[in-house]
Amino acid sequence: MSYQTITDQPELLDHGPSSFIGKYIWSQDHKVIAIQYATTAIFVGLVALVLSGLMRLQLGFPNTFDFIDPSNYLQFVTMHGIIMVIYLLTALLLGGFGNYLIPLMIGARDMVFPFLNMLSYWIYLLSVIILMASFFVPGGPTGAGWTLYPPQAILPGTPGHDWGIILMLVSLGVFIVAFTMGGLNYVTTILQARAKGMTLMRMPLSVWGIFIATILGLLAFPALLVSAIMMMFDKLLGTSFFMPAIVSLGEQLGHAGGSPVLFQHLFWFFGHPEVYIVALPAFGMVSDVLSVHARKSIFGYRMMVWAIVAIGFLSFVVWAHHMYVSGMNPAFGFFFATTTLIIAVPTALKVYNWVLTLWRGNIHLTVPMLFSIGFIFTFTHGGLTGLFLGNVVIDLPLSDTYFVVAHFHMVMGVSPIMVLFAAIYHWFPLISGKMLHTGLGKFHFWVTFLGTYAIYLPMHYLGFLGVPRRYFANSGTEFIPESAQSLNASITVSAIIVGLVQLVFIYNVILTLRKGKAAGANPWNAASLEWQTPQVPPVHGNWGNKLPLVYRWAYEYCPPGVKDDFVPQNIPPEDLIKSDDER
Amino acid sequence: MKLAIVLVILVVGSVIFHFASPWWFTPLAADWGAIDTTINITFWVTGFVFIAVNFFLAYVVYRYRYDKNRKSDYDPENKPLELWLTIITTVGIFAMLTPGLFVWAKFVNPPDDAAVVEVVGQQWQWGFRFPGKDNVLGKTHARFTSEKNPFGLDPDDMLGQDDIIVDNNDLHLPINQSVKVLLRSKDVLHNFAVPQFRVKMDLVPGLITNVWFKPTQIGAFDILCMELCGVAHFAMRGRVVVDEQKDFEQWLAARPTFAETQNQTLGDPKIGQVLYAICSGCHQKNGEGNGALNAPKLAMQSSKYLIRQLHYYKQGVRGAHEQDEYGKQMANMAAVLADDAAINHVVSYIATLGNGDSEREKPSITSGNIDSGKSLFRKCSVCHGHQGEGNNALNAPRLAGLQDWYLKRQLLNYKNEVRGKHEHDNFGKQMMLMANMLNSEQQIDDIVTYINRL
Amino acid sequence: MGFISALTEKPWLAQGAGFGVGQVHVIDDETLSETKSIALKIFLGVVSVFFSLFIITFLARSQYPDFQALSGNVLQPFYNTRQLWLNTAFLFASSVCLQLAWLNVKREPAKPRLRYLWLAGLFGLQFLLAQLFLWRTMYGLGFYVSSNPANSYFYLFTGLHGLHLLGGLFVLCKAGVAYLRQGSDKQLRTGIRLCAIYWHYLFIVWLILFGLLVSSPETYKTLAALCGY
Repeated sequence: MSYQTITDQPELLDHGPSSFIGKYIWSQDHKVIAIQYATTAIFVGLVALVLSGLMRLQLGFPNTFDFIDPSNYLQFVTMHGIIMVIYLLTALLLGGFGNYLIPLMIGARDMVFPFLNMLSYWIYLLSVIILMASFFVPGGPTGAGWTLYPPQAILPGTPGHDWGIILMLVSLGVFIVAFTMGGLNYVTTILQARAKGMTLMRMPLSVWGIFIATILGLLAFPALLVSAIMMMFDKLLGTSFFMPAIVSLGEQLGHAGGSPVLFQHLFWFFGHPEVYIVALPAFGMVSDVLSVHARKSIFGYRMMVWAIVAIGFLSFVVWAHHMYVSGMNPAFGFFFATTTLIIAVPTALKVYNWVLTLWRGNIHLTVPMLFSIGFIFTFTHGGLTGLFLGNVVIDLPLSDTYFVVAHFHMVMGVSPIMVLFAAIYHWFPLISGKMLHTGLGKFHFWVTFLGTYAIYLPMHYLGFLGVPRRYFANSGTEFIPESAQSLNASITVSAIIVGLVQLVFIYNVILTLRKGKAAGANPWNAASLEWQTPQVPPVHGNWGNKLPLVYRWAYEYCPPGVKDDFVPQNIPPEDLIKSDDER
Repeated sequence: MKLAIVLVILVVGSVIFHFASPWWFTPLAADWGAIDTTINITFWVTGFVFIAVNFFLAYVVYRYRYDKNRKSDYDPENKPLELWLTIITTVGIFAMLTPGLFVWAKFVNPPDDAAVVEVVGQQWQWGFRFPGKDNVLGKTHARFTSEKNPFGLDPDDMLGQDDIIVDNNDLHLPINQSVKVLLRSKDVLHNFAVPQFRVKMDLVPGLITNVWFKPTQIGAFDILCMELCGVAHFAMRGRVVVDEQKDFEQWLAARPTFAETQNQTLGDPKIGQVLYAICSGCHQKNGEGNGALNAPKLAMQSSKYLIRQLHYYKQGVRGAHEQDEYGKQMANMAAVLADDAAINHVVSYIATLGNGDSEREKPSITSGNIDSGKSLFRKCSVCHGHQGEGNNALNAPRLAGLQDWYLKRQLLNYKNEVRGKHEHDNFGKQMMLMANMLNSEQQIDDIVTYINRL
Repeated sequence: MGFISALTEKPWLAQGAGFGVGQVHVIDDETLSETKSIALKIFLGVVSVFFSLFIITFLARSQYPDFQALSGNVLQPFYNTRQLWLNTAFLFASSVCLQLAWLNVKREPAKPRLRYLWLAGLFGLQFLLAQLFLWRTMYGLGFYVSSNPANSYFYLFTGLHGLHLLGGLFVLCKAGVAYLRQGSDKQLRTGIRLCAIYWHYLFIVWLILFGLLVSSPETYKTLAALCGY
C-alpha cells in the first residue's frame, strides 16, 4: 500500500460559506458538521438520561409513580439503551469528535468528501427524528430491549411490537447509511489527506482510535443492517428467517423453522465490535489528554497503537461471549471464553501505559486531567469485572443479572463519558476560543465521578445476589432480602444527583459561550497539530494559505536538550531553541 | 493531592464494602461449588490488580503533582518493562481462564445417570413434564398445541402417553439426584434460572436446550425468567421444591399423565344442575351473581378457572386468610362438593348458563373514571384480552361483565396479600405483582368501572 | 512500504518532514479520482461484508428441515436456468460496455465512450426489468416470499442486488447528464472509472448469488459444513 499525501486541496475552498445558512446549516465544513453532530447527539443523550431516571425511580421506589407501568418501563429500558449506545456515543465520538479532530490533527483542510460529510449528518438527523417519532405512534416505541431479540420484538406481549419496532428498524437502517457515509470519509481522509511528514506512526492516538473504530464500524454495522432487514421481512412479509413455529398467547402463528439464535449471532457480530467502536476513540483521546496535561510523552506509543489494532481485530472473534446462555452450541464457549480473556491483555497494557505516562510526569490537575484519571479508575474497574463475565462458567450465575448492567455501564457508559467530558473540557478552547469555567468543571467532575461509583459499585452486588435485570419489580422473591430495596433506593438517589449535575455542565457551556474568558492560542501548550492553526478557533480551510509540514510525532514533551517543555509537530528542527545547559 | 486521597479511599472503601456487604451469592443449593471456586479465584486475581493499579495511580498522582521547577522525564518506551507486564498479565489471565474451562467442560457434559425433566416456558408461565414410566419423553410440535394439550405433545406418539404433565409453576425434584433439564419454549425466548443452583440457560422456541444440576438442599427456591420475554417478564416466576425422594415420588404420583389429561371425563351438566341448587342461593339461578349477597357472577366464566378456584377453596389455598371474610364462606360451601367429579359436574352445568346479561347488576361504584380506567386496563388486556374475555392459554379468567365491587375486592385482596400469597396459588403470585401497580383506590375504582362496562 | 514496517517505526527518533512519506502531490483530477476510487474500494469492502453475512445466514438456514431449495429437481423453478442465464447476459453486456467506455476514456473524441456509457445504462436497466419479470414469473408459479425460506432468500438477494445496481445507475446518469449539460469531462471520466469498478463488482456478486440460488441441497450441505454448521 502506498500512502499518497495530498498537500493542498484548493477545490475545498470552493465550498467556502457565504451566508448564515451556508455557514451553519448546510455547511460542508467538518468543524460545523462536527458541532451539529455533537449537539444532536447530546440532545438525544439527554432524552435517554431522563429515561434512565424514570427507570431508576421505579426501581428505587416501586409502586410510587402512577405513570410507570411494566410496558412503558420496558420502553424506557429499550430506548435508553439504544440511544446511549448508538445515537449518543457512536455519533458523538465519531461524528462529533472524529469529524472535528481528524482533519485538524492530520493537517488537512477538510474531509476529502465534504458534501458526503454534510449528507452524513443530515441523514443521521433523519434517523434521530424517525427514532423520536416512535414515541408518538400507537403502541409507543419498542420495548424489546436494546438487543431487539426476536421473536418477542415483533410479537404481541411486547410493547411497541407494531409501529415501534418498525420505526426502530428503519431508524437503525438510516443511521447505518449515515454512518457508512461518514466512515468512508474518515478512513479515506486519514489514508489520503495527511499533511506532508504525517506518517501513520506520527498520528496522535486520537486519530488512531477513531481510524480503527471507523473501520470496525464499517465492517460491523452491515451485520446490524442484515439482521434489521431480515427482521423487517419477518415482521411485514411473514417470512421465517428468525421465527420458528410459535404459539403466541394461545394462538398458532404462520411462521415455521426459523432460528432466533441466528439473529443473536448477527446482532452480536455487530454488537461486540460496537463496544470497541465506542471504546477505541475514547482510548485514543484520553491518551492525548493525559500526555498533554502530564507534560510527558505518551508512554509506549507503539504498544498503544498495536494494542488498538489488536483489540480491533480481536473484537470480531469474541461476539458469542454475549451468548453463553443463549442455547447456542455450548462447545463455542471454550473458544469464545479464550478469545475474550485474551483481549484483556492488550487492554490491560493500555491501562498500564496510561499510568506509566503519568509516572515521572509533571501532572497538572486540570479539569480534563481529572476526568482522564477518573476514567483510568472506572475503566480499570469495568475491565476487571469483564473478566468475570468473559470467563464462561462465571457468566452462568451472573448473566442477565444486575452484575451485567453494572459492568457494561462502568466500562461502556461511565468510562467513555468520562473521556467525553475530558475531551470537551480539553478541546473546548479550540472549538470556541473560550475556556470553560474551572470551578464549575471541578464540581461537575467530583459529583459525576463519585456519584457514578456510588451507583454502580453496589449494583454489582445486587448481581451477585442474583437480582435479574429488566425486571419491573422484584417483590415476591424469597432470596432477595428487604435490604436490597434500600440499596436500590440509594442507587436511585445517586443516579438522580448525577443526572442533575449534568445541568451544571450545560450551564457551564452556555455561560462560557456567552461571556467566558478568551483562551488564546494553544492554552494547554499542546504539541499536536490541531492546536497550531493560524487562527483560533480555526476558520474554514483550517490552515490559511499553506498546509503545515510535520517534523515529528505529537508527543514531544520535555525532550532533552530543548528549552521549551513542548515542541509542536510543525516546528522545523532548526527553529528549536536549545536549552540553557546545552547552549 | 485531593484526588490521590480520594482514589485511596475509593479502593479501601470498595474492599470494605465487599467484605461487609450483606448482598452476596445466595447459599448454594446444588452441586456447583466449582463455579463458586472459579469466582473466588477470579476475585483474588482481579482484586489484586484493582488494588495494585489504583494504589500505584494514587501514588503517581501524588508524587508527580505539578511542580514548576521540575521537568518530566522523556521516556517514550521501555521494552523490558512492557514485556514483563505483558507476561504477568497473560499469566494472570490464564490462571483465571483455565479452571473456568475445566468447569465449563463439566457443565456441557451432563452425567449419564441424570434424570430428565422438561421445562416448558410460555409468556409468562412455566410448565413441566416428566418422562413417566417408560423414561422417554414423547415428541412434541407447536401445531399440536391447544387448550387441552398445552404442551403440544404428539397425540399419536405412544412414548408420550405416560408423560407426566405439570401445568403450573411448581416443579418438584428429588434431592441428590442429578437432573438434566430440557428447555423448550412455546413462544419467545425465556431463561430458566434458579439463583441458588447457579446455572441458567435460555429457552429458545424451535430448539431444545439443556442445563443440568444436582440439588443438594431441601427447600423451595424461586425460578426466575431471566431473558426479557415481554410485558410481564418480571412476573414470570415459578418455584422448584427439592424433596426427599419419597416425598417427591408421592408428589409425582399425584400428577396426571398425558393420556389422563386427554381422557379427562367432562362433568355431566345434569348432575351438575342438581349440585348447583345450593350455589344458586347466592350466585342466583342463572349464575348472574348477587351484590347484596356478595356473590360474583359465574355465568360465562372460563371452566378451567372455575375448576381451579373450587380446588383452591377446597384445599385452603383460597379463602383461608383470616381477612378474607367472604372467601371463608365460599370455602365452606366448596367443601360440600365431595370430589373432583362433583366439581366437574357443577362447572359443566355453569357452562350451560346464558350470559346472564339480562340481569346485569347496576354499577355500585360511581366515582370511577372510564377513560383513566381504559388506559390502566391496557396492561391487564395483554393476558385478560382486549375485551376482558380472558385467555385460557394464559390461565387468565374472564373479567368482562364481572361486578365492579367484586373486582375491587379481589384487587385489594391481591394488593394486601390476602389472596395469591399461598404457596400453592400458582397464578395468584403474578396477579399480586400486577395489582401492586395500582397505587390508589381511585385507580382501582377507575379500572373496575371500565371493566364493568366491557 | 509494508503496513507492518510502517507500524514498527519509532516516531520519536527520526525527525524531518520527508520522513517515511510518499511523493507529494499537487491536487488535480488524477488524485481526486484516485481518492474516490479508494473510497469506492472501501465501500465495496463494506458491501462484501453485507452480502457475505446474508450468504452465511442463507447457508445456516438451508440446513433446517423446512428449507426447500429452488433447484435440484424438475419441479423446482431453477431446474431450468435459461432465464437466469439471459439476465446474467444483460448484466455482463452492461459490464463489458462500461469497460469499453473506460478503455476509451482518454481518447478523443468523446463520442464512443458516451455511446458505450448509454449502452451500459440500457443493459443495466434491461437487467433490472428482467429481474422484475423473473419475480413475476416466480410469483405466478406460486413461489411467494413467505412460503419457504429459499423463496424469501431469492427475493431478498435479487432485491438487494437490484437496489445496489439502481444506485449505480443513478451515479452513471448523473455523470452522463453532467457531461451533456456542462460538458464536464473530468466528472465523466471519474464517473466511468468508478462505475466500471462497481459494475464488475456487482457482476461478480450476481454470479455468486446466481450460483448459490441454483445449487442443489447437497451443495448447500457441503458449503454449510465448511462454514461449521
